[in-house]
Amino acid sequence: MKIQEADAKSLLVAQGLPVPPWTVARTPTDARAAAETYLANGAGRVVIKAQVLVGGRGKAGGVKLAGSAAEAEAIASRILGMDIKGITVRKVLVGPAAVIVKEFYLGAILDRATRRIVVMASAEGGVEIEEVARATPEAIHRIEAHPLLGLLDYQARELAFAVGLGGPTMRDFVKIARGLVATMRAYDADLVEINPLGIVRERGSDGQVERLTCLDAKITLDDSALPRHPDLEQLRDLDSEDPADAEARLYDISFIHLDGTIGCMVNGAGLAMTTMDLIKRAGGEPANFLDIGGGAKADRVAAAMRLILADPKVEAILVNIFGGITRGDEVARGLIEARSRQEREVPMVVRIVGTNAEEAARLLEEARFETAANLDEAAAIAVAAARAAGGAGGAA
Amino acid sequence: MSILIDRDTRLVVHGMTGREGEFHSRQMLEYGTNIVAGMTPGKGGLHALDNRVPVFDTIADAVRETGANTSCIFVPAAGAPDSILEAVASGIKTVFCITEGIPALDMLPVVEVVSQHGARLIGPNCPGATSPGRAKVGIIPGSIHREGSVGVVSRSGTLTYEAVQVMTDAGIGQSTCVGIGGDPIVGTTFLDVLRLFAQDAETEAIVLIGEIGGSAEEEAAAWAAEHLRGVPMAAFIAGRTAPEGKRMGHAGAIISGGRGTAAEKIAALEAAGIRVAGSPAELPALLREAGYRG
Repeated sequence: MKIQEADAKSLLVAQGLPVPPWTVARTPTDARAAAETYLANGAGRVVIKAQVLVGGRGKAGGVKLAGSAAEAEAIASRILGMDIKGITVRKVLVGPAAVIVKEFYLGAILDRATRRIVVMASAEGGVEIEEVARATPEAIHRIEAHPLLGLLDYQARELAFAVGLGGPTMRDFVKIARGLVATMRAYDADLVEINPLGIVRERGSDGQVERLTCLDAKITLDDSALPRHPDLEQLRDLDSEDPADAEARLYDISFIHLDGTIGCMVNGAGLAMTTMDLIKRAGGEPANFLDIGGGAKADRVAAAMRLILADPKVEAILVNIFGGITRGDEVARGLIEARSRQEREVPMVVRIVGTNAEEAARLLEEARFETAANLDEAAAIAVAAARAAGGAGGAA
Repeated sequence: MSILIDRDTRLVVHGMTGREGEFHSRQMLEYGTNIVAGMTPGKGGLHALDNRVPVFDTIADAVRETGANTSCIFVPAAGAPDSILEAVASGIKTVFCITEGIPALDMLPVVEVVSQHGARLIGPNCPGATSPGRAKVGIIPGSIHREGSVGVVSRSGTLTYEAVQVMTDAGIGQSTCVGIGGDPIVGTTFLDVLRLFAQDAETEAIVLIGEIGGSAEEEAAAWAAEHLRGVPMAAFIAGRTAPEGKRMGHAGAIISGGRGTAAEKIAALEAAGIRVAGSPAELPALLREAGYRG
C-alpha cells in the first residue's frame, strides 16, 4: 500500500528523523492560513505540493513556490482539483521552502535478489533515481543491511563518505540512514525513500547552520503486514482507489481494473495473468485481473461476478478455474446463482478442471452455460463473443 | 532419483490437526507420501488421520521419535516463521512452507537462520512439490502428475497445475515439480532448483514457469546458459499484459521502475537458448523441439 507524502513524513518524525514542518490543507483558505503562519515565522517562501500517489507531480504542475499568503491561496486553488495522471488532487501539503545547499538521494528497499534490506545513496539527488540508475549506475552506492541486526553504524558511515559527506552532516546522515531501516521495520514498509535528502541552510543561534533534512518522503507498506498495523489502515488513500477496490478487499478478492472488454475470473494469480495474456493473444483485451483465491465458495464467486459486471465496458466474461483447494462445483454453483441475479446479460464462457470438475460440468450443462475444454479455446470463444457484442475486443 | 523429496522422505506436518493441515495431510498420505508425524503444540500424544499418524508437541520430539527429515508447514502467517525456525533448529533439513501472507520483513532473518543451519526452505506461499509416484508434499493435486523425467519449477500454484496437466496429457512425465512460491522473499529460488535438477541423474529436461516481478528468471537464465547446455528446456512467463505498478495478486508479482517485465524475462531466457511458450499448451511441443525424447 502506497501512502501519501504527508503521512510518510509523519512516520519518519515518529522514528525521530528530521523533517521540516508541514500542514495538510484541503481548501485554498486553509493553505493561505498555513502559509501565513510559516511566513510570519521567518520562512522566505512556502512550498505547496499536491498530495497524490503518482510520480511526476512536479512536472504536472503540482509543486509550486509562493512568496505571499495570497499567492499560496491562488496556487492552492489551482492545484486542488487538478487532475494528475487520472487522479484528482484533494489535498496539498504546505510548508516553509528550504534554502537547499545540496540534494542527495537516500532509500531503503526490500531487495528480493539478495534477500536483504538494501540501503542506496547517491549524491545525484532530487531527480528520478531510475534515471540516475540508467545513465550513471556508478553514482548509486548500495549497502546490504545485516539480516539480523539491521543497518550498522559503520555501514551507514561508508555510505555517507561514498556520497561525499563528512563532519556534522555525515553524523546526521548516519542517523537518518539507520532511521530509514528502523522505519521499515517499525511499520513493515518495503520501501522508504527520501528524495531529496537536502543539506539546508538555516538560521541557528550562532548564525547560519547547515544540516541534513528529509525534504520529501515516499513509503510503501507491505500489504501482508497490514493486519498487525491496524492504525496504518487509515492512511489508505481512498481518493486514488477504484471504487471496486474496497469491495474486492471485503471479499478477499485480488482485483485490478484494466481497460479491455473481456472480464476474467480465475483462481490463482499466475493463472489469472496467463488468462489475461491468452485473451490478448487471441486478439482481445482483458478488462481486469481477478484472482478469487484458494477455496472460494459461492458467495465469493458471486461477489467477483458483481465486480466484473460493474465495469460497463465488459462485453464478455471468461471464467477459468483449475481446482485444487478450490472445488469446481462450488464455483459452478456460485456462477449459476450470480447469473440468476445479474441485471445485465453478458456472454460467458466457463472452463473448470481439477477438483470436482465433473460435477461442475453437469451443473453448468444443466444451467446451459457455454463451456470450454481448455484455456486457449476459452480465450478464443470469449474474444469472439466480445467482438460480436461490438467491443472488438478492446478497441472500444 | 528426483529432487527434494522421494521415497526416503519422512514428513512431519506442522498444524496437522488444523482444517487445511488435516485435509492436505490426508491427500499426501493417499498419494503415498511417508508421513511419520504431525505437530500441534498441546496435542502431543494424540493420533491424527484416523489414528494412523502420531502427533507431537514439538518438532524436536517428532524428529527424535520418528526420524522425520522433512517438514511441511500449514500454520497461520503469524506463527509460520516460528515454525520454520523450530524445524531447522530441530535438525530438519528440508522445510516446505505453504502458508501465505507472511510479512516479507519477517522472512529476512528466517532465511538467514535457515541457511546458517545448512537447511533448505521452499516457500513461503508455495504449493509444495511432487516427485510423481514417490511423494508429494504440499497442496498440488496428485492427479495431474505422471512419472517421468522432466523437472518443473514454478513461482505459481494453479498455473503450475495447468502446465503440468498439459504435459501429462501429452504423455510427458515429471521427475519432480517444485513450486517455489510467489512472495518477494522465498527460501529457494529458480536458480537453486536448477542446480538441483542439474545434479539429478533422472531429470533429463526442465520446464520453468515464471511470472513478472523481480529478476529471478533472468538469473536462472544466465546460469542455465552456462551450466545446462544440452539439457532440453522450455519456459512460460505469465504477465505479458500486466500493467506497471500494479501488484498482480502475488506479493512478488509487480513491475516497478520499468523492471521485472515479462518482455525482459522472455528476452533473457531466449538469449540463453530457452524457448518461451506463448501458451502453456505449447510447452510439450517446445520441449520436444528442444530435443527432449521422453
